[in-house]
Amino acid sequence: MLVAGVDVGSTQTKAVIMDTKPAVVGRALIDTGARLTDAANHAYQLALKDARRGEHHVAAVTGTGYGRFRVEFGDAQVTEISCHARGASFLYPHTVSVLDVGGQDTKAIRVGEAGQVLDFCMNDKCSAGTGRFLGAASTALDIPLGDLGPLALTAKNPVKMTTTCTVFAESEILGWLALGRKVEDVLMGVHVAIASRSVSLLRRVGIEPEITFTGGVARNTAMVSLLQELTDCPINVSEESHYCGAIGAALYALDRALADQAGQQAGGVTP
Amino acid sequence: MTHTLTAGIDVGSTYTKVAIIDQDHTIITRLQRPTGFNFAKAAEEALTQALTQANLTRQDISYIAATGNGRYQAAIRDLAITELTCHARAIHHYYPTVRTVLDIGGQTAKAIRTDDHGRVKAFRMNDKCAAGSGAFLEKTVRYMGYDTNDIPQLAEDATDPAQVSSVCTVFAESEIINHLADGRSAQDICAGAVIALAGRAGQLVKRVRPEPDYALTGGLTRVPLMQRELQQQLNTPIHIPPDHLGVYAGAIGAAHLAHHRLQKLQTTNT
Repeated sequence: MLVAGVDVGSTQTKAVIMDTKPAVVGRALIDTGARLTDAANHAYQLALKDARRGEHHVAAVTGTGYGRFRVEFGDAQVTEISCHARGASFLYPHTVSVLDVGGQDTKAIRVGEAGQVLDFCMNDKCSAGTGRFLGAASTALDIPLGDLGPLALTAKNPVKMTTTCTVFAESEILGWLALGRKVEDVLMGVHVAIASRSVSLLRRVGIEPEITFTGGVARNTAMVSLLQELTDCPINVSEESHYCGAIGAALYALDRALADQAGQQAGGVTP
Repeated sequence: MTHTLTAGIDVGSTYTKVAIIDQDHTIITRLQRPTGFNFAKAAEEALTQALTQANLTRQDISYIAATGNGRYQAAIRDLAITELTCHARAIHHYYPTVRTVLDIGGQTAKAIRTDDHGRVKAFRMNDKCAAGSGAFLEKTVRYMGYDTNDIPQLAEDATDPAQVSSVCTVFAESEIINHLADGRSAQDICAGAVIALAGRAGQLVKRVRPEPDYALTGGLTRVPLMQRELQQQLNTPIHIPPDHLGVYAGAIGAAHLAHHRLQKLQTTNT
């Protein structure tokens, strides 16, 4: 028996297939684009292909993320906050706080021992503390998103960004370059700005080890090292961090699939 | 009687404006140009262009006051003054009954409460978030392939303004894409963005504990819909500087204050 979780984010859609161990047996990551239903479907099919299993093996599918109601083949929807909490606890059982920095929002979540949400704090009103801030830097400097972190880490004399707003940051970045500052120093300034905003969000739910960092921005090495520095806590990041919401969703699907199975078996012994 | 000329240079985040006036406060010339990244150069070049335009030389100018975001970088200045003081001063000259001035610039919005002499009594400012500033409109029309000069006409030609939330300029992009996908016109979307901005600006004005009369300065004075929306929101008439001078209010105020300073200096010297 297999289960699936599909996380339709504002920027990227993630799908994972899990078995009953539970372990991830297939995954897929694609750009969301404008058609959420298609993105959900496509990511799901790619994940099945990655798992080399057919759709008929899948007993339950949970949709999550801002496009969760467009996961039309799913049989339940769970908010991404619950899914990230659950996913983070699965990846790192000692997780107390989760920081999820996505393409258009940032969430800090306090997690209980069973992976349940105790408290959370979210910024979805302002792009300044989200992945979009890095996206703006990537566009302004014409450097691919994936190269931003490693380049920032080579900075020797980071600039201090004075603007908060993503829109103003774009022109501030160009202003610093016009003043002759090095690209890596400007980039590190950008990373410090977004990391400080993330940490102030995290502070509102409590900074306590272990902290698990999830979402697309978790792949950014400069962000990870800055968060470690600013929180004075080790930061858990895994290869699966980007799939954390989808993994949490799949675990919720597994709960349902196992309950169904138990129900059927119980039904079978009824005289 | 000889002419005494002063120059006011308003080095804004987006545009640099220059006004040269004589001792009777008559505007001899005015000019605006994009600021770019080098404030000192922007100030210097804008003044040179204004002088050329008016057939004047630097020797003809007795005093230079700089204002705006980049005022301290304007090395040619004799004096630096905050833009709040300058906007209040300029409006007091045109409309002495005004007590509340709203200035919406490229990257900031300011609500200023003034006294009977046009001096600043209180102010509230947003310079943290583009959603409350001209940048919000600029981005909105850029996404749709227009530029800021098109805003007044686009907004006037709207038939059914679209609902645009004013929360974040960056997130507004997806909203605009959705509106375009739904077949809404650029005119309706632009008007919706003007209305959203007026909403934010109105909130800012309310925080300064405003008193009548009211005036608007800055680039948004070119957008008639902005004036109408603010009038409706605040339920009061809004004055706009005459002769399309709204965008020069900071520079004009600076030039006025330069004359004031000059008079003071002359009195002390004699």
